[in-house]
Formats: sequence, C-alpha cells, structure tokens
Amino acid sequence: MKIIHCPLNGPRNISEFAYGGEVEAMPDPVSCSGDEWAEYIFMSDNPAGLVREWWLHVATAYWFIAERNTVTDEIIKTYPPSELYKQRIEFAKDID
Amino acid sequence: MPFALLKYGFSKKYPARHSFTPRKDLNQHYDVVIIGGGGHGVATAYYLARYHGITNIAVLEKGYLGGGNTGRNTAVLRANYLTEEGVKFYRESLQLYRGLSNEFDFNIMWENRGQLTLATTDAAMRSFRWRAEVNKHLGVGSELVDCQQIKELVPLLNLSENGRYPIIGGLWHYDGGTARHDAVAWGYAKAACERGVELHQLTEVTGLKITNNRIKAVQTNRGIVECGCAVQAVAGTSSLLAGMAGIKLPIHTYPLQAMVTQPYKPVLGPLVSAPHVHVYIQQTSRGEFVIGGGSDPYPLYSTRSTLEMKESLSSAIQELFPFIGNARLLRQWAGITDMTPDYSPIMGLSPVDNYYLDAGWGTWGFKATPICGKTMSELVATGKVPDLIKPFGLDRFYRFEQVNEAGATAASH
Ligand SMILES: Cc1cc2nc3c(=O)[nH]c(=O)nc-3n(C[C@H](O)[C@H](O)[C@H](O)COP(=O)(O)OP(=O)(O)OC[C@H]3O[C@@H](n4cnc5c(N)ncnc54)[C@H](O)[C@@H]3O)c2cc1C
Repeated sequence: MKIIHCPLNGPRNISEFAYGGEVEAMPDPVSCSGDEWAEYIFMSDNPAGLVREWWLHVATAYWFIAERNTVTDEIIKTYPPSELYKQRIEFAKDID
Repeated sequence: MPFALLKYGFSKKYPARHSFTPRKDLNQHYDVVIIGGGGHGVATAYYLARYHGITNIAVLEKGYLGGGNTGRNTAVLRANYLTEEGVKFYRESLQLYRGLSNEFDFNIMWENRGQLTLATTDAAMRSFRWRAEVNKHLGVGSELVDCQQIKELVPLLNLSENGRYPIIGGLWHYDGGTARHDAVAWGYAKAACERGVELHQLTEVTGLKITNNRIKAVQTNRGIVECGCAVQAVAGTSSLLAGMAGIKLPIHTYPLQAMVTQPYKPVLGPLVSAPHVHVYIQQTSRGEFVIGGGSDPYPLYSTRSTLEMKESLSSAIQELFPFIGNARLLRQWAGITDMTPDYSPIMGLSPVDNYYLDAGWGTWGFKATPICGKTMSELVATGKVPDLIKPFGLDRFYRFEQVNEAGATAASH
C-alpha cells in the first residue's frame, strides 16, 4: 500500500486520493490567444522525473500540492496550496 | 532420435536463417530513420519498402524488437468506435490484419473471435446503440444483443439478476478478434529486412540535430546518423523524444497493467469487456485467460505492477466468471502508455518540416499497427497527409477539434 501524507489528514492510503494534473500558471482567459489557451489546457512536458501536481483527498474534498518523481514513484513532499498561492484567484472575473 | 536432431541442427545443409538484420555498424546516412522498433515502426518501414520503393531505412530500437507495448498488449483487435473518423481508420486496420499471415508467409495467428462489451445501465445501452448504428453505416459489423443472445455467445458468463451490477445487454462486434502480438512485430520486421531495411536493436536515440527547422541527423548511443527525414514511433516515451525536437505534445504517460492465468480447456470464444467494473478478458489459443483493465490512477514512467490493480481486476473478473476464482495467476506485467485527452492518436506532420509523428497510442494502438504503417509510409514518401489520418494531426488541439473516443475506449482497448 502506498501512503500519501495529506497536509490536512495526515498519512493515508493513496487509494483515497485523486490526481488532479500539473500545477501550471493559467493565462488570462479573456485576453490570451487561442493557441495560448490550447497550450495551457492540453499540452504538457510530461517529464520523466520531478513533477509538481494537484492532488485531492476525495473524502474530505481537500486539494493540495504534491511533488513527485514519475520514474521512481516516490512522493517527495506535500503542502497546502497556500504555500504557492498567496492571493485568491477569481476564475469568473470579467466573463459574462 | 535426439542425436539425429542434433546432427540436423548442426548440418551445413540447413544453415540458420536470419530473419532480421545481423548486427552491423550503422551507416553514415539513411533516407529515412524510424525511431522505435515496435509494431508501428517496423510496419512503417515495411510499407515504405513494399509500396514506395524506399529501402535505405534504419529502424532504431533502444531495447529489442517489439519489447515495448507491442509485446505487452492484450491484443484486442476491433473497430467498433464511435466517431466516423475513428471507425473508418480502425476498419481499414482490421481489414489489413486479415491478410497479414499470407502477406508475410508467416502466421500472425489472427482469429476472428468477435468482441462483446457488456452494459449494466440504460445509458450504456444508448451509447451502444449509437456505436452500432455508426458502425453499420460504415460497414463495420456491430449489433446490440440482449441477455439471451449473450448467454448463447458466452455460456459461462454470470447473468444473474442478483449480482451487484446485473447485465442488461451488450454490444456484439462480430468483426473483432485477436492476433499474436509478437508475431505481428516479427512478421513486419522480417518482411521489411527482406527488402533491405536495417533493424538496429540496442540503439537508443539520445538527441536530434535540427537546423533551419529540418532534422539533419539523430544522435544515438552508437554514434551520429544522418537522415533525409525521421519518424518517431516510441509510444510511452513520445513526449521525451518530441521534447528533443522542441515539440510539446498533449500526452501524459500512464502505466497499464495486465495479467494471465494458468491454461484451461477452450471455454471462452469471444473477447469480453466489462467497462462498468473496468475489466476485460480473453482466452488465448494456449488456453490462458488474459485479464486487463483501466490505466493506473496517476502518470508514471515505470513498468512496475501493483497489488491494488491485481485485487481490482481479480474481484471484477470473478463477478463475471465465478469459476476463475480457482485459477492461479501465472504472470503479470505493465507497459507505459502515451495517453491523449481525446483517446485518439497524434499522427502526421510536426512543427519540424521533415519530422513525422506517430504518437498518442495510449492503450489502444496495437489494433492500428497495420494502418499506421501504411498511412505513415504514404506520408513519408509523398509528404502529403493521407485523408484517413487528417483528423488525427497535432494541430487539432489548437483548433479545438478533438476526436472523442474516450467512451469507446475505456476498458475495451
Ligand atoms: C497492458 C497493455 C495492454 C494493451 N492492450 C491493447 C489491446 O488490447 N489492443 C490494442 O489495440 N492496444 C493495446 N495496448 C496498446 C498498444 O500496445 C500500443 O498502443 C501499441 O503497441 C504501440 O505500438 P508502438 O509500436 O507505437 O509502440 P511500442 O511497441 O511501445 O514500441 C516503441 C519502441 O520504441 C522504443 N524506444 C523508445 N524510446 C526510444 C529511443 N529514444 N530510441 C530508440 N528506441 C526507443 C521502445 O523501446 C519500444 O520498443 C495495450 C498496451 C498495454 C501496455
């Protein structure tokens, strides 16, 4: 059994978690070009090695960030999103 | 008798036949370099030599021929997809499969077993009807079946109404089947090498030399090789190789696991898939049950197997075929698969002028081996994208024109 250290719930079985994709900066959906948007939602470096990703503890609906090695299958560290995101992001701003 | 056999074996009158290129140095230049010696790579080489008269080709394989996903897949061959683009493409591939043994003079063990997908909800039945109608319209043999018909096709299937997920019907794809995966790679490689293609195993591409947006040479662990153009067909490591050409792909690499039981008498004709519990099964011509399911839950470049996947496949398959609870597992394995967002491949031109892509084959690319070889070779020889693969270009993601086969792929491969 593989264990993830959830910043909220402590060590739990990985089967309680869902993978949520890489942490990436979102371009401004109102002003960015179509290509930039496609790049953001589809393209990926898909590296063999260290990645920084969103993970969800499903039972408590808690999202956090994990750093992981995609070759050795090791979870290197986990932390709350507030360590990266200092400000609230308004996704729906300026969109009618 | 054993002595006679030994004498025969060492006799000069019966020299060993070399089906593939014997180990030799790499040439300085090839017209076409194909990176990846899986089914797709050697099929592309074969069709280039056979139909386009191009034989100065090197297929570079970092491990051994067919040692990637070609030798690891569960060999479900089918064309019962949902989109017109998908159905037309895979239909051609099935047609080519039927003739391969004759074409190679080498048995790839194609068997027209039929493939059955099970439904437990009305929503699944609706989507099956949709697929059956699209399939029939395009000349692919698929029809809806009820539980009575399922009982006749697969008498050992648990059709009890008291199970956790009672089966209510299915999609019967009578054109589907299977073939021996290694034999497909060997057949293509043998037929390509007979026509002058060079297969270089233990030859890893480690860099690409690109000037003025054209590929000039590839760097390998055995030196630099110049090329007129190059094709990449490396499945699980597609993003890494494309990265060397400065190309970003919409791919994530996920492990896909499978396992096989001890052999039994022949009891299961069709290939059976149960997307609701993420499992599918077929009995090989040796009698073993090959059992597979969905991808791992997160991306990874590793072919390790997990107990969790074994538990989930085992419990799911016992619900469908209770007698399998007594079987012992013989082997387990995994491959790394190049998954796209829409479960369709990425084929055709790349942002680099003479560098061609055959990627994004995920969990479903073995069935496409012949048609990939055929269409990619046409692209390389003529520089024009064949109609059949136009919908699968990398540029579709920038036009937001995905070819959605997620529902028709899932646990059916
Ligand atoms: C468990 C499992 C079950 C599957 N079941 C099915 C199924 O039932 N039906 C189906 O249609 N598909 C199935 N698939 C998918 C299918 O196996 C693949 O899509 C298909 O085999 C891809 O073929 P390929 O020739 O492109 O890749 P591969 O056979 O993986 O060949 C790529 C080759 O490239 C080589 N390579 C990689 N990088 C380099 C480099 N830098 N230099 C040189 N060589 C390199 C690798 O060593 C490898 O041999 C399954 C896959 C798995 C893992």
